[in-house]
Amino acid sequence: MTTFDLNDGVRALNAHLHGEVTGELSAVNPAGRHAVAVGATGAHSVSIDGNVGYYCGGMNQLADIEVRGNAGPGLAENIMSGRVHVRGDASQYCAATGHGGLVVVDGNASSRCGISMKGVNVVVRGNVGHMSAFMAQKGCLVVCGDAGDALGDSLYEARLYVRGSVASLGADCVQKPMEAEHLDELGALLHEAGVTGVDPAEFTRYGSARKLYHFDIDNASDY
Amino acid sequence: MCGIVGLYAKRDTISERLGTLLAEMLVQMGDRGPDSAGVALYRGAGQGKKLSARVADDAQRAALVETAREQIGCSAQVLGAHVLLTGEVGPQTVAWLAQHCPQADVMSVGERIEIYKEAMHPDDFVSRYDLGAVRGSHALGHTRMATESAVTTQGSHPFSTGQDLCLVHNGSLSNHNRLRAQLERAGLQFKTENDSEVAAGYLAHRLSEGDSLADALSAALEDLDGFYTFAIGTREGFAVLRDPIACKPAVLAETDDWVAMASEYRAIARLPGATEARVWEPEPGQIYTWEREAA
Amino acid sequence: MVDHSWMRESATFSRPVIAEIERAARTGIYDIRGFGAKRRVPCFDDLVFLGASMSRYPLEGYRERCDTRVTLGDRFASKPITLDIPITIAGMSFGALSAQAKEALGRGASLMGTSTTTGDGGMTPEERGQSKYLVYQYLPSRYGMNPEDLRKADAIEIVVGQGAKPGGGGMLLGQKISDRVAGMRDLPAGIDQRSACRHPDWTGPDDLEIKIQELREITDWQTPIYVKVGAARTFYDVTLAVKSGADVVVVDGMQGGTAATQDVFIEHVGVPTLPAVRQAVEALDALGMHRKVQLIVSGGIRSGADVAKALAMGADAVSIGTAALIALGDNNAQYEAEYNKLGTSAGFYDDYQDGRDPAGICTQDPELAARLDPEVAGRRLANYLNVLNLEAQTIARACGKSHVHNLEREDLAALSIEAAAMAGVPLAGTDWVPGSRL
Repeated sequence: MTTFDLNDGVRALNAHLHGEVTGELSAVNPAGRHAVAVGATGAHSVSIDGNVGYYCGGMNQLADIEVRGNAGPGLAENIMSGRVHVRGDASQYCAATGHGGLVVVDGNASSRCGISMKGVNVVVRGNVGHMSAFMAQKGCLVVCGDAGDALGDSLYEARLYVRGSVASLGADCVQKPMEAEHLDELGALLHEAGVTGVDPAEFTRYGSARKLYHFDIDNASDY
Repeated sequence: MCGIVGLYAKRDTISERLGTLLAEMLVQMGDRGPDSAGVALYRGAGQGKKLSARVADDAQRAALVETAREQIGCSAQVLGAHVLLTGEVGPQTVAWLAQHCPQADVMSVGERIEIYKEAMHPDDFVSRYDLGAVRGSHALGHTRMATESAVTTQGSHPFSTGQDLCLVHNGSLSNHNRLRAQLERAGLQFKTENDSEVAAGYLAHRLSEGDSLADALSAALEDLDGFYTFAIGTREGFAVLRDPIACKPAVLAETDDWVAMASEYRAIARLPGATEARVWEPEPGQIYTWEREAA
Repeated sequence: MVDHSWMRESATFSRPVIAEIERAARTGIYDIRGFGAKRRVPCFDDLVFLGASMSRYPLEGYRERCDTRVTLGDRFASKPITLDIPITIAGMSFGALSAQAKEALGRGASLMGTSTTTGDGGMTPEERGQSKYLVYQYLPSRYGMNPEDLRKADAIEIVVGQGAKPGGGGMLLGQKISDRVAGMRDLPAGIDQRSACRHPDWTGPDDLEIKIQELREITDWQTPIYVKVGAARTFYDVTLAVKSGADVVVVDGMQGGTAATQDVFIEHVGVPTLPAVRQAVEALDALGMHRKVQLIVSGGIRSGADVAKALAMGADAVSIGTAALIALGDNNAQYEAEYNKLGTSAGFYDDYQDGRDPAGICTQDPELAARLDPEVAGRRLANYLNVLNLEAQTIARACGKSHVHNLEREDLAALSIEAAAMAGVPLAGTDWVPGSRL
């Protein structure tokens, strides 16, 4: 296994992740550095030992990235595929605009988790902060704990599953019934994320009321 | 737009290294704020009052140190471009300075607080102001990337908000001009066009009207528009507040030895025991305080 | 026919004002339209060049070379781009424009050795295939954003704002969200598409610096990074873009076009290009970064004279958007009958948002879009760019310059007090610069 000491900077690790040779890698001494393991293009397996700064795992393709610590803002932003797993907490903008793949946060994610997501699946074992799934377009946000204010504001077609309480729903976000397909989808996501002992039936589904899809003067106050 | 750091010592082992640790934190935030740097150090209780003033001119500074004891009954010591006066400090000291040392720019007054700041890169600041020797109970630091107001020492943070009080800010206020005019009508004077100085003035005004710090900060949530993360230094500790939209970053961390606050975890990562610290993000619109019980 | 000539029209409640009040009362929604500001603002027309005669010597037009090449992005990027002409094509999205129009822009620009820019909607293969140099916009919506296209781009433009609407987001109405547009944006077809006004994962220059670091890491520090701002607090915004680590700063004045924005935004937010370019250059000068970080200026550039004046003010290059669409055939009188059916006329059409552009440019309707032949339209654009470049060279030679970048602000005089104050150029025949701090 190749080990990168991030005290020497993030360049060598990232350059390696853009290359042809895939395999198991580890990175030590992240010390809150930014842009750790960004833009990976292949099926690498990366383990990062410690807390990372902004944009760890950004634009990831195919790689499996594990952070043994906390992540700063913009974890796995615009992820395309692969998996980014944080053992601790994630700061704001987790999985922002992600197009695919899976992001797992074992702790809490703060505000704007899944903002503008476009197909990524996000599973948070703890809570998410305010404005999570703002303008979320596609994919699923699974919250095993509670959600903060304005969940799913201006939501498009993303599906939100919350096990605990929701402080408040954002404009155009409504509770929806859990059908068999949703229970199956959620069960599969929890399994994929390695979350055990949690029953999909304990979750509530939220989605778009689709009232903002075409401008209507009667909904103007929601804009 | 800026970087903020704060460190509160729970144990003597940290108090003894306060300056060294704060300097490391400050340097880590150099990218966020390359234009200027400043610190508020809280130390040395029970030795009377202190006043820190920046005197840019070497000769004037030397003259002030020469005459301080005789003229105003204060001992004087030089740190960088600042003079720290200790002893019988009061309004008469400020008045005397205005008359006899007009270049002196008073940064802070109080029993514990000492503010030092310069329009220079945080790396240079740390090497000019030898913080390594500083022991103390707690400290705040700031690195500044000027947005709209000028890059000057006066526009640098921390801003004094009253005796033993100061404020550092990351963000950008959007209604500070009208607020400044209101506060000026209430008798406050401002030295810069800086939005953060208005926030500091606002808090100073509320406190002088009898608000508790918590009340003043709650009122700030109503009256200040825009984006902000504030750290407020008090005699016994510090407080942290983020605006309700909470776009600007902030991290808090705590161990048995210390509490730290920073714009980014990078600044905390080098503290002793950081990897084992409890790390979390302050909630929007919520006031966090750490204070020792007043002696 | 009633004779109106004796009637006195209200300056306050003019007929367009009355029409807008009636429209607002009828619909209950603000007017959304395309095109840029229509009000008259002080502009490059209010400046003239001081050609050479006795005190300076002109270059011979047909023999003595006047260079127009410009290199962009050599501050930090290992692969800066060098364009043959200092005129680029501004960002316009696939979605706002048809695929044919995007292809035509690519063809025309490539013929002249310059770049095109994607827009809010991702990169199409047609556009990449036809563009020698393609600038990939990084926008708040991140529609169609992916690392493969990012690495295919010759430059990345982080869009903070746009001249037509500094501080505003985007708006593409459902009529233009075809299956293909929707697919590229991960949205259902046919619904209104709202774009956020702030980026989803950073706010402010201290965070932008970190975002730029991430993009550089992803592209292995090869690709130039531009930062585009709408002209408003230009001095500060340019300063902060430079401090954040931009290779190139793009400043878009209020005359800059848009595909669909509230009219109130287009006409009332932002400042004109003329003062913006002066403030941008002042900011670069104050940092000692003029020519080290390149400046691209856009918003109402129409002629080689505009190009030359922007360069003389200190820009390294200009961008055109609306003018390029007109060169392709937008608002052409051949479709007058169809414009009339839409309640407008050739030269006035600005309903880019509703997808029924008779010229087949601002539409996703397959039949309308098929009207535009990308090769023919691309040729027209190349011709137009060639004229702009020749005109700029003509002026530069007349001022004795062997490179268009050697044009200086001191080569200009202003015809109005407003323009003199905004541009920092003396009123013609005087040494008076109104508002000067000196």
